[in-house]
Amino acid sequence: MSARAAGGGAGFAFLFRPAVLIALFALALAVAVWSGSGYAPTIIARTAILALAAVSLSFLIGQAGLVSFGHAAPLGIGAYAVLIAGEYGVTNALVLFPLGFAAAALWSAATGVIALRTRGVYFIMITLAFAQMLFYVAGSLSAFGGDDGLGIAARATFFGQRFLRTDTDLAVFAIAALGVTLLVLERLSAAPFGLMLRTGRANEEKLASLGLDPFVHRLVALAAAGGIAGIAGVLLANQVEYVSPATMNWHVSGELIVMVVLGGTKRLGGAVLGAVAVMVIDETLGHFTEFWKFGLGLVILGAVLLRGADLTQLIRGTAHG
Amino acid sequence: MPASPTRRLVALALASTALAATALAAPAAALADPVKVGFVSTLSGPPAALGVHMRDGFLLAVKELGGKLGGQPTEVIVVDDELKPDVAVSKVKALMERDKVDIVAGTVFSNVLMAIQKPVLANETFLISANAGPSPLAGKGCSPFFFSASYQNDQVHSVMGQYAQDKGFKRVILITPNYQAGKDAMAGFKRNFKGEVVEEIFTQLGQLDFSAELAKIQAAKPDAIFTFMPGGMGVNLVKQYQQAGLAGQIPFLSSFTIDETTLPATQDAAVGLLSGAEWAPNLDTPQNKAFVAAYEKEYGIVPSLYAAQGYDAAMLIDGALKATGGKVSDKEAFRKALASAPFKSVRGDFSFNTNGFPIQDFYVVKAVKRPDGRYATEIQSKVFDNAADAYVAECPLK
Amino acid sequence: MTAALFFSQLLNGLQLGVILFLVAAGLTLVFGVMDFINLAHGVQYMLGAYLVAVLSAWSGSFAFGLAAGLLAALALGFVMEVLVFRHLTRRDHLEQVLATFGLILVVTEGVRMIFGSAPLPFPVPAALNGTVTLFEGLNYPVWRLVILAVGVAVAVLLWVLVNRTRAGMLVRAGSTHPQTVAALGVDVDRLFLFVFAFGAMLAGLAGAMAGPLVSVEPTMGDKVLILAFVVVVIGGIGSIKGAFVAAILVGLVDTVGRAFLPDLLRTLVGKSAAATAGPTLSSMLIYLLMALVLSFRPSGLFGGRPS
Repeated sequence: MSARAAGGGAGFAFLFRPAVLIALFALALAVAVWSGSGYAPTIIARTAILALAAVSLSFLIGQAGLVSFGHAAPLGIGAYAVLIAGEYGVTNALVLFPLGFAAAALWSAATGVIALRTRGVYFIMITLAFAQMLFYVAGSLSAFGGDDGLGIAARATFFGQRFLRTDTDLAVFAIAALGVTLLVLERLSAAPFGLMLRTGRANEEKLASLGLDPFVHRLVALAAAGGIAGIAGVLLANQVEYVSPATMNWHVSGELIVMVVLGGTKRLGGAVLGAVAVMVIDETLGHFTEFWKFGLGLVILGAVLLRGADLTQLIRGTAHG
Repeated sequence: MPASPTRRLVALALASTALAATALAAPAAALADPVKVGFVSTLSGPPAALGVHMRDGFLLAVKELGGKLGGQPTEVIVVDDELKPDVAVSKVKALMERDKVDIVAGTVFSNVLMAIQKPVLANETFLISANAGPSPLAGKGCSPFFFSASYQNDQVHSVMGQYAQDKGFKRVILITPNYQAGKDAMAGFKRNFKGEVVEEIFTQLGQLDFSAELAKIQAAKPDAIFTFMPGGMGVNLVKQYQQAGLAGQIPFLSSFTIDETTLPATQDAAVGLLSGAEWAPNLDTPQNKAFVAAYEKEYGIVPSLYAAQGYDAAMLIDGALKATGGKVSDKEAFRKALASAPFKSVRGDFSFNTNGFPIQDFYVVKAVKRPDGRYATEIQSKVFDNAADAYVAECPLK
Repeated sequence: MTAALFFSQLLNGLQLGVILFLVAAGLTLVFGVMDFINLAHGVQYMLGAYLVAVLSAWSGSFAFGLAAGLLAALALGFVMEVLVFRHLTRRDHLEQVLATFGLILVVTEGVRMIFGSAPLPFPVPAALNGTVTLFEGLNYPVWRLVILAVGVAVAVLLWVLVNRTRAGMLVRAGSTHPQTVAALGVDVDRLFLFVFAFGAMLAGLAGAMAGPLVSVEPTMGDKVLILAFVVVVIGGIGSIKGAFVAAILVGLVDTVGRAFLPDLLRTLVGKSAAATAGPTLSSMLIYLLMALVLSFRPSGLFGGRPS
């Protein structure tokens, strides 16, 4: 991965900066609104929401080396917070967002206490296990639609004020949340907290020999990333106005990993670009053929095989066999 | 060293989003103002076969009508809902806001329909289901803009309950997946069945192995079992039911389990098993004979009820457009036209109730191997005549 | 509950475990020898079922279909290794996950383009159809007994291969001390090629065994993949013995849970609560098992090194 980072184009590095990313999002939204498209804001809002979830996962993977295969769980918890609170008549954003964040962070921390006993592939699988358990629990909540899910009563309000009337409003909000998150997580990465996480990831023995245990740092990272995914879930529920266990399916966790890895984990902005790439492929190929996933698979495969690799070596390898 | 291919790829991707966004925003070139239908179907993942049948039935009708509905040039935009409610909502918004469709049709699964009905109906766009028929849309949540070219979910299960009652079965075991539609299936069955339900077995959604459940059934020796196992789950259950030696011994009553989407896979294992339906390929109406022949010629397989409903949905739209002179813009007129069900259904008797759901006949059908070697369902007996659904009284529409 | 019912549920659990073992064995080998995460293993299971189904139907003989199908699965394993996997062996785990995820999409959609979304027919071979009476009150499907026999035979064969042959010694050593093996002059890449292709064939065999029981469709590998990973992780990565023990454990827990948990809950918490909690809990059981095992043994039951 280091070789790639070194080669990681001087020409495009600027794309990974939060300010540039947010400016591009804002520009796209402005163009969409100016041209009067009703649909483009929907797609932009969706992309920003998924990017938000992907960025939180990227922080876990890139900084702490914790590859969670269960990140759909906190995303779903955020969405269910909106649904369940709504059923009790609570739609105030000042309640929903903190609630979604807290519930998701609590889940991630509680499962993290156990999951952090494991490393590597075992960590990947235990996070998957926890997320699957939650997926089945959500499917059994017959009061909230069970496996089919349920529509939310109304989008979030601000003391009765409906501030998310259109998807444009929602996109503005999602882009802002993405921007704040990128800034905060970059700060956190640059701080001693991030250093501790990265050292723990690269050389755990060394930390141990210094008498340091990154457990608490990792747990905080898990909780923070989970909480942010929870915020993304709150936004997602408001955008779709429907909540179902499908949000917590392991496929969603897999797609988030694809976004993160496709964009590269070196910088948090990569996850945003990965999310954009997946959405663009979905939106374009999906209209040409019902077999669009074939194309998506080829792009993913090609991107990994060609990335940073020496093309001649690749051909020689093939001819060799 | 220059930028790596991936970096270039993402940069390109980002640029293309901006482009795409502008392209999408360009006002749709209004040429001859064709009728636009957005067709939502499940085309990927395990249950894709159902969605393909439904879509092909719809497209066959449009093709037979010369690419026109109601004499108007017609554009059908097919989208894949991936059986994910949030994906479906986003794609349906695209259909309404970008493609400006006049009508949304399709939906195999109730959860997808329940997710998209809110934005579609709030937009006062007509929504025509070619399969899913969840109870809220038939009852309190009914809408003047919603019509079903299929059935209300409970009805098909009730058919089997009535059949078990008529046959004098005393002890029945119910087995369905553990989700809302499974619970609804059990409730629908029990509405007309007055005997003893020995056990209600809930299985995992997408379950592969039914050995534990089959062993229980074998031990309990009921008069019959009733099951609702759509798609691949049904294939698994039917194969294993036959292998366990139960197929000849305990009558197998089902809904959405034995049909032409699964029969090519289950073949002989399913022959003789029963299902509830409002249609079968051998139903004797002139429209149905022509449809089945055309479908088998076009696609080389026997149509299922999903295909028949897709076909009927297109014919319904065609008839309503003819009545309004090809216009959807006068919504009240188009609604009235739809409500009069101005088409000849492949099912024969077909009229709309006040809630937009059909009043029609229901049958018990049996899987057979036809003389030409293909597997299909055949009408066994009629169970309900001109039946309305159980929720219509809750619908405020008159 | 009668003894016959209990015994048949036990057999059901063993038989499910044996199928899981067939899938997991190849996965854990590839995992262990090359430290490679292969998500596309489920696709190889699906391809096995398709190949055997199509070749059996074409030739009219299940025996021919099985033999030719397994050879084809082996050949496809070689092809995939050369085209894709060998370029990823020294990469990050994450890139392996991503690339093999892409491969899943390509192969699944490719199969769908050729054969369509509808499931393929794969009947039980006529000679092995029907049931056999094991003892009074217990009729058991012959095909499930065949699966049990094949699974146990493969387990024994693998045990001999891994513990009693030079190739097996290298595989074992390669999983714990790759550098040492390379230093001994062994071509680790070639070792991987053969282990990978062999693993693909084992997955194909599992697909062929499961084919008559389940719906043969393009996405049939997805669900099995997750179960196989659960088995591999519970057993400890790279351990054939672990995979066997874990597969049987998972098969038994899943089956026994489905068979008896709803009844047990009904007596404990009452009928209405049990109706919703029972099936949910039994779906969760294997994940619960995995979480439990990992919280006490973070490297699985028989895992040596962490990851």
